[in-house]
Amino acid sequence: MKEVFNVLLLQNTLRTATPVVLAALGCLLTQHVNITNIGIDGMMLMGAFFAVLGSYLFESWVMGLLFAMALGVVLGLFYYVFVIRFHSDEFIIGVALNIFAGGLTVFLLRTLFKVKGSFSDPRIVSLPTLTIPGIENIPVLGQLLSGNTLLVYVSWILVPVIWWMIYKTPWGFHLRASGEHPEALAACGKSPERMKCTASVLCGVLSCMAGAHLSLGYLTMFTENMSSARGYVAFACVIFGRGNPLFVFLAALLFGFISALGLRLQKYVPSDLTAMAPYLVTVIMMVVVVLWERRRKRRAGMLAC
Amino acid sequence: MEEMIRFSHVSKQYPGVLANDDVTLSINRGEVFSLVGENGAGKSTLMNLLYGMQPLTLGEITIGDQKIDAQHNPEKAMEMGVSMVHQHFKLVPSFTVAQNILLGHEPKKGLRYDFAAAERMVTELSETYGLHVNPKDVVGELSVGLQQRVEILKALRTGAKVLILDEPTAVLTPQETEELFTVIRGIVREKNMTVILITHRLPEVMRISDRVGVMKRGRLVKVLNAAEASEKEIASLMVGRDVIFDELRTKQPLGPEVLQIENLRAINDRMLPALQDVSLKVHAGEIVGVCGVEGNGQTELAECVMGMRPQTGGTVRLNGKDVSRMSPGEIRARGVSFIPEDRMRTGVDGKASVSDNLLLGKQREPRFSRFGIHMRQKRVKEYAKQQVEKYDIRTSGVDEPVSSLSGGNIQKVVIAREFDFGTPVLVISQPTRGVDIGAIEFIHERIMEKRNEGCAILLISADLDELFRLSDRLVTLYEGKITGEFETETITMEEIGFYMTGAKSQREGEETL
Repeated sequence: MKEVFNVLLLQNTLRTATPVVLAALGCLLTQHVNITNIGIDGMMLMGAFFAVLGSYLFESWVMGLLFAMALGVVLGLFYYVFVIRFHSDEFIIGVALNIFAGGLTVFLLRTLFKVKGSFSDPRIVSLPTLTIPGIENIPVLGQLLSGNTLLVYVSWILVPVIWWMIYKTPWGFHLRASGEHPEALAACGKSPERMKCTASVLCGVLSCMAGAHLSLGYLTMFTENMSSARGYVAFACVIFGRGNPLFVFLAALLFGFISALGLRLQKYVPSDLTAMAPYLVTVIMMVVVVLWERRRKRRAGMLAC
Repeated sequence: MEEMIRFSHVSKQYPGVLANDDVTLSINRGEVFSLVGENGAGKSTLMNLLYGMQPLTLGEITIGDQKIDAQHNPEKAMEMGVSMVHQHFKLVPSFTVAQNILLGHEPKKGLRYDFAAAERMVTELSETYGLHVNPKDVVGELSVGLQQRVEILKALRTGAKVLILDEPTAVLTPQETEELFTVIRGIVREKNMTVILITHRLPEVMRISDRVGVMKRGRLVKVLNAAEASEKEIASLMVGRDVIFDELRTKQPLGPEVLQIENLRAINDRMLPALQDVSLKVHAGEIVGVCGVEGNGQTELAECVMGMRPQTGGTVRLNGKDVSRMSPGEIRARGVSFIPEDRMRTGVDGKASVSDNLLLGKQREPRFSRFGIHMRQKRVKEYAKQQVEKYDIRTSGVDEPVSSLSGGNIQKVVIAREFDFGTPVLVISQPTRGVDIGAIEFIHERIMEKRNEGCAILLISADLDELFRLSDRLVTLYEGKITGEFETETITMEEIGFYMTGAKSQREGEETL
């Protein structure tokens, strides 16, 4: 069992968690403005593809990342326009986006790169890896905290930054008011719609960055359906963490840990079963949330009687 | 007295309704002015015009010496010194008092929200007006009374000169009401402000107001000095005593007790007590009318009897059998029919055809279906046509969607369906709301027929004329409690008004006047 529980397990945990953390940070912003964004998975997938495309075309990871982020803006606006402006059903738009993402990336893969299944090329430049001097040589800690890809660090910085923005700035109060009681915000002359638009665009950008991490992080390739439902997991993490970036981060780490553990247990347990583990945990997390909520409501109800 | 607000010949036309009809009224600085009237009398509309929620159709409104223009809106109204506290609060439950009051105008330190400064500002504001709140409290955890206080402070933040309160006491406990009145007196006296109350609770009106404007059917009937007027006078002005009663009722011996409600308790959607120990009985061949100002528990009473709302205490019995825990379907199966107050939401399926709506609940009867699954379309059509004729439903065909009918005809569809179950008990809520006069007559006659056939009928209505015309017995409901029970012949409409507004009560120790 020593081969399973070692530093590499924790390292894998962080790596697997990162795309989920990024997407979940985006998703929690929309959650705070009361938009249920089920389309993150599709955004991730398209982000992954466009990151590869940008990186391949310009032989630069910067362009890859920019491509993904620009796409994120477009997708965020798309989501906002349809869900808020046109009052379409958010689930239908989200599901449509996910299905469309699957189709579009396969189509583009075949027409642009003339390949099936997956695409990799020496021209694709991966995201840089950063070593942190000083920490680098400390055993265990150095292995964990140093030598990760750029977006891993970005996600770590974003967790406290977004937490601070949501709970400590006027912007965050407007954001939350626009979700919780839009009329209250409108009554003081601020536009709830604008807050919703901002949140939706940020969500698109962060989801597509998560996608870029998938395709340019440790691999340098795009594979059909490579988001493999991580967008949904991110959504589950947001619900589990109740929209608080710190708890959402922890939930994503839990997911990463279970995934990593599953991979390493493949020696002992059939891989079909281990592959199920992260999703099983997601389901269990959701059950826990429902039980929590029920208990909380019952207490509130008792008070009222 | 300095004039603060002037309405001259103000009219407001909504499609099909003249909500305000040539209202001329002047309200002074430093007074508490109450607008009273029944539902739909036009008092809220008049205030919405002043606050810029709606454009006016005719006439002129001036605030101070400024005339309001066509582009008048709430923001402009606030600039001109008019603030309004709505019946439904605009507060974010998870924010603190300070965060709610300063929403959109947060003090900043760099990019950061300066919480300390916000709390200081709110403390200052609260001290200026003598409205005490703790800026750090989370609004969702406050009582309704305190939430209202936060809402008032929010309105006063911009330095308002006129404060409009829409039904401010509707959700308050008597103690909270008392506190609110202390606050109102304080700001009127010390800040020389004007407070306008929209309300229909007469005892309160008499206590707090300097002057009272009575509205009826869009018109301002009279303005009285509260000190010189009596509650009785205002009540009769509000109700208007010119309705002709043609006697529908004939004496008949009472049958056995059929519906028994004992110590019924329930909470409303806002988790507040809606019914408190309500007990009443309905005999066969009797109509019991429930009077009350809307929002005093009538809706919840009907829902509890029909099993549509969980009870928190007490029992409902049908012929002695406890049905308190039963579902609406089970209760209906035991012989109760229901005409709900909101016909579009609970009465009909708007998109379905007239015939489908008439059939609902009878679809499994052998005469309409084979083995309970295969509809006998021809018989359904025939039945629907018979019903349409019998109940005089004006429709171009039984296949038309029911939503294409007029309100009165939709109501007749509901009545036709429910009355044709032939059940011994009927719960009828607002049977003629929004229905034209001809149809009212028709519906009243059908209800009376049911009574004469020996049905036990619980009738809930906001229309006193209707209740007096149909009921054998009347009970008054005020704040979820029964305040009185009368044989219809033994009481006048004015008198019952006291019980409806809580000024009088038959329950011991609850006389408030």
